Amino acid sequence: MLVIHCPYCGARPELEFAYAGQAHLTRASDPSAQTDAELAAFLYERVNVKGIHAERWRHVRGCAKFFNALRDTTTDQFVVTYKSGLPRP
Amino acid sequence: MIRSRFSAWALLRAGFARQQNWGPQWRRAEPKQSYDAVIVGGGGHGLATAYYLARLHGMRNIAVLEKGWIGGGNTGRNTTVIRSNYLFQESSTLYDHSVKLWEVLSEDLNYNVMYSPRGVLALAHTVHDVQVLQRHIHANRCNGIDNEWLTPQQVKEFCPPANTGSNIRYPIMGGALQRRGGTARHDAVAWGYARAADALGVDIVENCEVTGMRRDANGAISAVETTRGVIASPRVGVVAAGHSSVVMKLADVALPIESFPLQALVSEPVKPVFPCVVMSNSIHAYISQSDKGELVIGAGTDAYTSYTQRGALHISTHTLEAVCELFPMFRRMRMLRNWGGIVDVTPDRSPIIAKTPVPGLFVNCGWGTGGFKATPGSGHVFAHTIANNAPHPINAAFTIERFREGRLIDEAAAAAVAH
Repeated sequence: MLVIHCPYCGARPELEFAYAGQAHLTRASDPSAQTDAELAAFLYERVNVKGIHAERWRHVRGCAKFFNALRDTTTDQFVVTYKSGLPRP
Repeated sequence: MIRSRFSAWALLRAGFARQQNWGPQWRRAEPKQSYDAVIVGGGGHGLATAYYLARLHGMRNIAVLEKGWIGGGNTGRNTTVIRSNYLFQESSTLYDHSVKLWEVLSEDLNYNVMYSPRGVLALAHTVHDVQVLQRHIHANRCNGIDNEWLTPQQVKEFCPPANTGSNIRYPIMGGALQRRGGTARHDAVAWGYARAADALGVDIVENCEVTGMRRDANGAISAVETTRGVIASPRVGVVAAGHSSVVMKLADVALPIESFPLQALVSEPVKPVFPCVVMSNSIHAYISQSDKGELVIGAGTDAYTSYTQRGALHISTHTLEAVCELFPMFRRMRMLRNWGGIVDVTPDRSPIIAKTPVPGLFVNCGWGTGGFKATPGSGHVFAHTIANNAPHPINAAFTIERFREGRLIDEAAAAAVAH
């Protein structure tokens, strides 16, 4: 089980958290102006990177806040966690 | 190399030499500089694709490139369950195409893949489960796929180890049984296809990782770069399972796929005690017994994407708790091994078997947590797609473009594991 550092609460076991997918996906301000391909890319295409992955987590059984993390998908080691809204470190 | 045909007579004859004279069953091929087609990925699906390309489409100057050893990825890591009772017509047609090929595969390959249609039983524990499974049964029967409802008493008769009493948290309220479903020997599937493809002239190149893709002036695929040199080929089929995103990125094709670790376990071997395959979607038990006697148990995926081939302990613990509750006689069984494989999951939990935006590049991926059952059918229709540069009617709906067009084949409820 992973130990995850919530930026608000500190180190907690993985069971307190919910994974919430790739981070820094920005919804278009005017979705109806998007092409089908752009909307499909936003909804479905994912980097699925083998290496450092920027992703969202939610401390759902704790403070319930969302935050972002960089994690190496080849080792599952967290590089850093940071608050939502901040740019990727 | 002398490659005898397997038969009772061959077995008897080899017995006089104490079964010591069996040679290698396929060549250890060196990669040539060019081929008519290259398959990236030497798992069951890739080897089946090569076999059907050579056998049915006359393409013999082809190669299978495998970065490790054949059958060493998900083909050797899955829980070997075969069934076709998927909800939508596109899916059940595809998976039943496979089941029909499984039924004759050992004879076709002259290699015993130990296909055993012992029945796959999906259990219902809630009113919602009952409704979902009965909906599947009705949909399947409309599509000509066998699937039948069992009452708790019939469940007990079909699978005596099951605890059908009311003393568990989620008592069994019935089940859906596909009698044609069952298991096969996973290694034998890879080996049988490799041997048969090799006999038709296919080069099977192991320890050969694809590191780049070259394209010509028109943007079409012209060659793959590998750890064993550049190999020219006008057609490349990628069948890389959990690493599909990584390989396709070499050709700048983005996929609607995320890769997750999926776990499985086997127990110590015991005498035959478990007559069928049982899967319980809602409390997550997934179990059968191999012909060697081990209980084969499938656990769930981790919550997060990863390439670690491990999986977290609390995921397998969860499954073992469910197995012990449903089958109390297994409470003292000892587990022998557990492991993880990386599965490529699409948003609608259906595969992609299709052409790509890059001319000459084809992809077969997105099988998620349930690709083994589809091995023969997947290879068969993917070979057709590569040979004709157009899909077979059976895989025509399984495009990449369906996500742009909104034509999803949403089988999220159909798989046996929680996503």
